[in-house]
Amino acid sequence: MRYPDGPPPALPAHFRGVPRIDPTRCPDGCRVCADACPTDAITVAGGTVSLDLGRCIFCPECQTACPEGAIAFTDDYRLATRARADLRLLAGEERKLADALDAKLRRLFGRSLKLRVVSAGDCNGCASDVNVLGTIGWDIGRFGIQYVASPRHADGMIVMGPVTENMRLAVRKTYDAIPDPKIVIAVGACAISGGIYAGHPEQQDGVESMLPVDLFIPGCPPHPLTILDGFLRLLGRIEGGIHAGQPE
Amino acid sequence: MNGTLLTRRNAEPAPLADVPLVPLAGFRTAVINAVRNDCRVVSYFARMVEDGIELVAVLADDTRSELGFVRSRVTEDRFESLTPECPQVQLFEREIAEQYGIEPVGHPWLKPVRFQQSWRPGHQHFGEPLPGVTDFFRVEGDEVHEVAVGPVHAGVIEPGHFRFQCHGEHVFHLEIALGYQHRGIERALIGGPSAKTIHYMETASGDSTIGHTLAYAQAIEALTGTRVPARAQVLRGIALELERLANHTGDLGALSGDVAYLPAAASCGRTRGDYLNLTAELCGSRFGRGFVRPGGVQFDLPTDRIATLTERLQAATRDTVESAGLLWTTPSVIERFENTGTVEANTCDEIGMVGVAARACGRSIDVRHDFPFGVYRFVHIPVMTAHHGDVNSRAFVRWLELQRSADFVARQLRTLPATPVRMDVAGSLAPDAIVASLTEGWRGEICHVAITDAEGRFARYKITDPSFHNWLGVALALRNGQISDFPLCNKSFNLSYCGHDL
Repeated sequence: MRYPDGPPPALPAHFRGVPRIDPTRCPDGCRVCADACPTDAITVAGGTVSLDLGRCIFCPECQTACPEGAIAFTDDYRLATRARADLRLLAGEERKLADALDAKLRRLFGRSLKLRVVSAGDCNGCASDVNVLGTIGWDIGRFGIQYVASPRHADGMIVMGPVTENMRLAVRKTYDAIPDPKIVIAVGACAISGGIYAGHPEQQDGVESMLPVDLFIPGCPPHPLTILDGFLRLLGRIEGGIHAGQPE
Repeated sequence: MNGTLLTRRNAEPAPLADVPLVPLAGFRTAVINAVRNDCRVVSYFARMVEDGIELVAVLADDTRSELGFVRSRVTEDRFESLTPECPQVQLFEREIAEQYGIEPVGHPWLKPVRFQQSWRPGHQHFGEPLPGVTDFFRVEGDEVHEVAVGPVHAGVIEPGHFRFQCHGEHVFHLEIALGYQHRGIERALIGGPSAKTIHYMETASGDSTIGHTLAYAQAIEALTGTRVPARAQVLRGIALELERLANHTGDLGALSGDVAYLPAAASCGRTRGDYLNLTAELCGSRFGRGFVRPGGVQFDLPTDRIATLTERLQAATRDTVESAGLLWTTPSVIERFENTGTVEANTCDEIGMVGVAARACGRSIDVRHDFPFGVYRFVHIPVMTAHHGDVNSRAFVRWLELQRSADFVARQLRTLPATPVRMDVAGSLAPDAIVASLTEGWRGEICHVAITDAEGRFARYKITDPSFHNWLGVALALRNGQISDFPLCNKSFNLSYCGHDL
C-alpha cells in the first residue's frame, strides 16, 4: 500500500464518509432528517442544520429520508479530531481535523506508539477494523504503531464500545496501569457518545465520561483508512486537509 | 413434535393464543420429550404478563423443518428446573433467573449470565451484580492451581473472564464468565420497533450483521405479511455468504497464526479483507451496515458492476483456497490441529451445540438446509460436516463451507432476478402474535422470537446468537488439554462475546 505517500486505497461504492449538508435546499421548518436519525445526531434550529459526527452511525437513513437531497454522504473518509466539539458539523463551516500531539509527546511517541486495545461493549465491528490495520495489507508496524499485550508496555489505549457498566472497572484499571504520559483514543460512535446505546443504564455514553480523550475517530465502525488517517494525524505524519497524492 | 406443541415453519407467524398454555408439569414434559425425540431447544425465555411470568419454549425438529411452541405460567417466583433432564437449557434457565428474579429449582449450577440488573425491580435473584464475582468450580489439591485470564485479553478481542483449574499445564476444567459486553439490547427492544431497532440488530453481534438483520427482517415481514421481491432475496443470500466467506477465511488465518504457520495466516488475513470489501460494494459498509431492511435491501446492485465483483470474488477465492489449502498438507499444522480441543458428538447433542462447531462433530444441522429461508428455498447449499469434533474438524468445515459459499455467490451474481429490491412494509405489526425467525449465520443458528402486544408492539423480543449455545462447548473442549491449547480452541469456535451478552 503506497498510502500515505501515494493515493489511499479505493473506497467502495456507497461509501459513507463526511455528510454534506446544503441548508439552502431545506424547506422552512423541515425536520425530516432529524426525525429519521436513530441517534439524534442531527439538530435543526433557526434555519440551520448541524450534525454531530460523534453520534452519527453513518447509516443512510437521513439521506434516504430527505426529499430535497439536502443531506448526502461524501467519500471523504477523514473524520478524526482532537476535540469532541470539533465533531460538530455545520454547513459552510470548515472542519477542524486532528492536529498532531505537542512537541514533547511527538518526540516520545512519533516513531514508536504502543497501544493497548480495550473492547468495552463494542460489537466487534470496531475491533475488527482496528485489528485489520495490523495485517499485511495495512501494516501499521511501518509507522512504529503496535498493539501490545499489556498496559505496562503501552503508551496509550484505544477504547471501543460505549464502556459498559461491566467494563468500567477494567477500563479504569487498564488506564491506571499505563505509565505516564499516556494517550486515549476513542474509536467509533459508541466510544465517543454511546452511539445507539446512549442513554442505556447498562453503559457510560462513551469513554470521555471517565477518561480524558486525545483522539476521536467517528464511524460505525470507522473504515480502516479513517482510523489510520486519525493515527497519522495524531503523530504529525499527515497535516492539514491535504496529504500526498490526494488533491483536495 | 408431540401434540402439546403448536408447530410452525421458519418465520411463519401464529396468534399467541394458539400457543398451548399448559401447567408447569406439562410444559416440562413437552420440552423434555421433544428433546428426547431429537428436537433441539432453539429458544427458551420468560416474559412478564399480568398475573406473573410466562415461560416460552421454541423447539426445532430439524428433519421435519418444524418449529414447536409451548408456554406456561410461573406464579410463585420458582419452577422446577428442566436442566437436570435437559442440559441444553442450562444457560437459558440461568438467564431467566437473572432477568426476572425467578428460580429454576434444582438447577445444578445456577449463577449469573451477564451480571445485569433484573427487569423486575425488587426481584434480583443473584443480588447486586458485580461482573465476574460469582462462584467458580474449584479443584483442590497441593499441586493444583488456578489460572485466571481476562476480562481484557492480550490481543484485539472482546472481553471475557476465563478460569482454568490446572495441574501444571494440564487443564482439569475451564469455566467462562461473560457479561462484560452487556449493553441492554433485549430490554431496549421491548415496546419497539423504533428507529433504533434495526441498528440494535446490526450491532447485536457486529460481525454477523447480515445474519441478525436478516432474522429480524424476516420476523417483521412475517408479522406484516410483506412479500420480499426475488432480487432482494438473492442479494440477501449473497451478503450472508460473503459474511461467511470473510469470517471463515479470517478464522483459518487466525488458526494458522496460532500454530505459527505464517504463510496462511498472512494470506488469509488479507483475503478476509477482500470479502469484507465485496460486502462494502453492496452497501458501503464492510460489515453490511445499512443493507438489510424489512421489505428487502436498501441498495440495489447495478448490473454493470456485476462483472467486476465476480472477478474480485474469484481472485479472492483463488488466493484463499491456495493459501488455506496448504494447511491440510503441512504436518506441523495437522499435528497441532488434530485431537486438540475435542468435543464428543454426544456432548454436542447434550449441550445443544449449533453451527460450524456442531457440524464438526458430524451433526448435519444447518438452518439453510433444515429451515430454508429466502433464496435458500430455491438454491440449496450442501451441508458440510466433519467427524472428530476437534480443532481440525472445525477448521475443515470452514474450509469446505467457504468454497460452497463462493460457488453460490458467483452463481447468484450471474442470475440476479430483475425485480425491485424493496417493498413497503405495512405500518403496524400483527397484534398478539408470535413468530420465530431462524437464519444460519457464519457461526451457526441465529434465532429471533418476537411476541407482539395488543397494539402490535414488541412485548418481548428474544435474540439467541449461536454463541449462546456454544460457549459451554469451548469450556468442555479444554478438558484434559493444555493451557497452551486455549487460544487455538477458542479461535476454532470463534464465538461472539457481544452476541452472547447482548
